[in-house]
Amino acid sequence: FTHQPPPAKYGGRHTVTLIPGDGIGPELLNHVRELFRFCCVPVDFEVVNVNSAASSEDDINNAVTAIKRNGVALKGNIETNHNLPRSHKSRNNLLRTSLDLYANVMHCQSLPGVPSHHKDIDVIIIRENTEGEYSSLEHENVPGVVESLKIITRVNSLRIAEYAFNLAREKGRRKVTAVHKANIMKLGDGLFLQCCKEVAAGYPDITLDDMIVDNTTMQLVSKPQQFDVMVMPNLYGNVVSNVCAGLVGGPGLVPGVNYGKDYAVFESATRNTGRSIANKNIANPTATLLAGCVMLDHLKLHAYARMIRKAVLKTLSETRLQTADLGGQCTTSEVVHSIMQEIQRGGHITTDLNFISAGSRDHTNSPNTCLMPNTESVCLTV
Amino acid sequence: MAGNAWRSTLLKLLERFGVRISDASGTPEVSRVIGAIKTQTPQPRTFSRGIQTVTLIPGDGIGPEISTAVMKIFEAAKAPIQWEERNVTAIQGPGGKWMIPSEAKESMDKNKIGLKGPLKTPIAAGHPSMNLLLRKTFDLYANVRPCVSIEGYKTPYTDVDLVTIRENTEGEYSGIEHVIVDGVVQSIKLITEDASRRIAEYAFEYARNNQRASVTAVHKANIMRMSDGLFLRKCREVAENFKDVKFTEMYLDTVCLNMVQDPSQFDVLVMPNLYGDILSDLCAGLIGGLGVTPSGNIGANGVAIFESVHGTAPDIAGKDLANPTALLLSAVMMLRHMGLHSYAKKIETSCYDTIRDKKLLTKDLGGNSKCSEFTDDICRRVKDME
Repeated sequence: FTHQPPPAKYGGRHTVTLIPGDGIGPELLNHVRELFRFCCVPVDFEVVNVNSAASSEDDINNAVTAIKRNGVALKGNIETNHNLPRSHKSRNNLLRTSLDLYANVMHCQSLPGVPSHHKDIDVIIIRENTEGEYSSLEHENVPGVVESLKIITRVNSLRIAEYAFNLAREKGRRKVTAVHKANIMKLGDGLFLQCCKEVAAGYPDITLDDMIVDNTTMQLVSKPQQFDVMVMPNLYGNVVSNVCAGLVGGPGLVPGVNYGKDYAVFESATRNTGRSIANKNIANPTATLLAGCVMLDHLKLHAYARMIRKAVLKTLSETRLQTADLGGQCTTSEVVHSIMQEIQRGGHITTDLNFISAGSRDHTNSPNTCLMPNTESVCLTV
Repeated sequence: MAGNAWRSTLLKLLERFGVRISDASGTPEVSRVIGAIKTQTPQPRTFSRGIQTVTLIPGDGIGPEISTAVMKIFEAAKAPIQWEERNVTAIQGPGGKWMIPSEAKESMDKNKIGLKGPLKTPIAAGHPSMNLLLRKTFDLYANVRPCVSIEGYKTPYTDVDLVTIRENTEGEYSGIEHVIVDGVVQSIKLITEDASRRIAEYAFEYARNNQRASVTAVHKANIMRMSDGLFLRKCREVAENFKDVKFTEMYLDTVCLNMVQDPSQFDVLVMPNLYGDILSDLCAGLIGGLGVTPSGNIGANGVAIFESVHGTAPDIAGKDLANPTALLLSAVMMLRHMGLHSYAKKIETSCYDTIRDKKLLTKDLGGNSKCSEFTDDICRRVKDME
């Protein structure tokens, strides 16, 4: 599961597909490009536009081809008009299933300086990303009666459980909680749970817990600190990840990654289009910028990732530099500008060969651990 | 509104004498008022103006003791309620079909209103869960859960005042699952036009009767285009007939996201079964958990069963440690449904006052008093209010 850096690296520079999407996507991704240019990050973006209003699927197929070529993508959310008929499928969903991005990983952490109802949250949510309720298999056998199929397969459930336990072990986590509704959907979620238990047997150092989804949401809003790593099928993943994002401060803060065997697509964890705040310069760029940092870690450009992440988090912790969603009054461009100034203050990049790894719970030197140059900044790893 | 109340009263009176007048408009019976804290419109339900009989199902575990507590409080308040206790252990009828005992069914059909404590679902007993059986028997299609922050029981959220209305018969809980090939399972989510229309109508009626400003339909039609799309279309159609109530639609994930940041922006939420299950428990968690959350199930034919949604807590059963708040607040909901608002207000205020006082709280609320002490305090307050 150690991700190999993708092959699209020529002359020391990586090529990454960029899909602007709709709503706040284009402006925030522009900021990412601006920031990367400023920091001289050796990444070139290949922009592929996807027109969500077009009925043909050529655009999204082009995007898929580009990602297959480059191996890595950074994207904004593509809007889905749910009033169009069933033949017009969700472009985001098409992307995920065509590339078989089977694991959606979101690391939710309470960040210093961000107003929220709860403290000390540190949860990794792993969500099955291709099947379940998102199979898009629906039909109307009798007029007025619609059936929607939820598919759970043994292969995919084993795969996601394996991914979850492997990630937990890599990060030094102790407990994995499987979220399900097997008391009602006995065969479907029952199969998922069974697969989790089978995989758990191979990881005796990690405990497997299971919890019914409605109890999970109740526990999340009262005592979210009890959760460590969570794994679940698609729809529950949607609910739980949005609840957790809300708990740490909102949709503008958390990055998410969609991993497949060969490809990785980075975006904001809650996949919001933000139509109502588009082009008003008030969106919070943190989630997209942090997604960019996770991508840099994936490309093994750790020093750049560390530098940008530190600056982003430092800026975020200052109340006068917070955007409207956090109760502040700063504009997006002011925030990005402050981040650039913070980076400039930090001086040039030093390629330090002494790694002090912190952030993983058992303090082992693992290749994916974020490097923490000083004790004040908060470390985020995915 | 008064016109409809008189009309249904007259219809009932005529039915009693065997005269049936067909409802020309073809719409289902006007749904009853289920009280949120705000309602004060009186709706006399029985013209006999006497004692109303209610079927009481104490349940298992802590059920009997909390039912006793509720009965005691009602007695102290001198509420015109007469309880008819029934048991609902499943029995196997002719043909092997599981059903609830006939005495229980007759009692409910006669009284129309029920109050239920927690029921245990024995594993491997061979029969479906009791709650499911009750739901099927009385066609309980709407589950209503008003969630209001309780002053005195601190949670990180202080300004919750919303109602979740969940479709209770179909959706993801249809129970239809197949193994297609070894290792591939499909679960079927069923959405029908009739059920969606029925729940949407109920939601809007509820909003109108309880002076709630808006109804929000929660869905995931971007992914489940046909099924949630159908649900949404029905909600929109029904909204046309209720122009006084604002109608909005929101994705499930957006609702979850916003709910944990600022629950005060939500009013009435209507949704299919699974989302309703998750969201109603989420909202219960916001106000303090299942131990303090009331719930009501509305069925066809005017049946309404109010229940506490927590478990049977077998570890504290019989030890006088249980918290009767959930069942009590559900009983208050029931009183409002029956139009007995003054009694409802009296009992509810006493309950909230006792909790706010913090002197005699049960263990789950953070104190170490007994159930009987908690109950006695509420009774005392109720009597003082006379």
